Amino acid sequence: MLESVVFWVLAVLAVASGVAVFRVDSMARATYALAVSFVAVGLALLLVDLHYIGVITVLMMVMEMAVMAVYMVMFMGMNPALMPMSMVHDNRAAIAAAVTTFVVLAGGALLVPWPSRREPDPGTVAGTAQALGEAIMGSKMLVMLTVSPAMVATIVAGVVLAGARGRYDRLGDDLDRRPADDPQPGGVGR
Amino acid sequence: MAESLFWALVAAFLLGCLAVAAASLDGALGARGRGAGNLAGGWSAPLAETARLMRQRRRTLVAADVLLWRTGGAALLVAALLKVAVVPVDGWALADLAVGLVWFNAMDVTVWAAVWLTGWGANSAHALIGGYRFLAQGLAYELPLMFALTAPAVAAGSLRLAEVEAAQRGGAWFVLWMPVAFAVYCLGVVAFSVWGPLSVAAGVDLAGGVLAELSGVDRLLVLAGRYALLATGAAFAVPMFLGGADGPLLPGWAWFALKTLLLLAVLVALKRRLPVLRPDRFVEVGWLVLLPAVLLQVLVVSVVAVWRY
Repeated sequence: MLESVVFWVLAVLAVASGVAVFRVDSMARATYALAVSFVAVGLALLLVDLHYIGVITVLMMVMEMAVMAVYMVMFMGMNPALMPMSMVHDNRAAIAAAVTTFVVLAGGALLVPWPSRREPDPGTVAGTAQALGEAIMGSKMLVMLTVSPAMVATIVAGVVLAGARGRYDRLGDDLDRRPADDPQPGGVGR
Repeated sequence: MAESLFWALVAAFLLGCLAVAAASLDGALGARGRGAGNLAGGWSAPLAETARLMRQRRRTLVAADVLLWRTGGAALLVAALLKVAVVPVDGWALADLAVGLVWFNAMDVTVWAAVWLTGWGANSAHALIGGYRFLAQGLAYELPLMFALTAPAVAAGSLRLAEVEAAQRGGAWFVLWMPVAFAVYCLGVVAFSVWGPLSVAAGVDLAGGVLAELSGVDRLLVLAGRYALLATGAAFAVPMFLGGADGPLLPGWAWFALKTLLLLAVLVALKRRLPVLRPDRFVEVGWLVLLPAVLLQVLVVSVVAVWRY
């Protein structure tokens, strides 16, 4: 009983604040409406005993939204970032994309022939979670292990390429200028 | 149900007492620093300030985003209250979550949002810069703090705080063999409480930063929230690093209270011992010094944990 009340409160909150993202007229409000939506989803995950995933969703999403608000205001360089502005554009295409996505996902959830539980009941939630983890990741661990270093290398390379100032700008052509020529001195004194 | 509600109120009351104690100590230290002969005025400063703020009229600002402003201001205290829920006293916690440690971490991240919203909502340049400063500082302290929190979890093999506490009972307290993690954790507590050396977001050079436009009960909430966060940080360190309720002679809860008060007093006193760190300087320290140091600490702890089991 209590669980269903909590679920419905969180579900309505998640959808309502998701709608609010597009109805409010301020960057900050839109960002934090999205954060509230994510937090409600994260807390709803606690109801199905996904404690770690639920709490980590709250953690990640609040942090991401806090940083995203800064970027949104920063890149919307002109005044509107600080003024009331509409949070939607290209309405028709956006509505079409949203409806299509919803139909595909909801249809998938309803129409896919989900397997019923074959094994004798694993008994605990932990057993189910472990079985699910094995099924999803078990045979693909090698791929994941190979992909992650490649992804890290890509991120590092991307940051290096995007950086306006490299080590030759800081340390001179022979990399021997000390202290480094930085527009913004750091705290370690390199 | 009714019983847990009762204990929730007790926990909130105790947190309030700790926050008032911290504020009183800060008032007394401030009075001593000013050379006041009688420290009574310093000790009672938080009561006088509360009475003053309760009577003060709320400031109204042009085009302030009142909803976000008030939400941010109240969220600090709410985050502190949600944090104490998972802190075990002698093995018993209000909400003994299996992922209590992650819960604490999630709540200290909400402080990012709260401080920035407090800065943003006022529609004032000083407050806004204060909010941005806090996020810049957050990028420096949060990752080292997260890794510092993992060290006791790895050693205890659990994210449940009661089990972390139990792992230290009768043995070596975690602070003894993970001092780096403890130091970084304390720095993190100081940072998410916008306190002392990491209080640039509310710096005097910014006319108070995020506090600049706050008045009346709004200001009271934010100031109380900061002290409450400092107090929860101290209380959380006890089961994590300081052996929890472990100690001779006295009952468990007394040891818990004693350790919490001692650490809280040290954290409060830090304000007058260390200079304020600029976020642009501190970011480099965070990433080039604190993060590698705490990663090495976690490595050492992991090796010990593997070797032990």
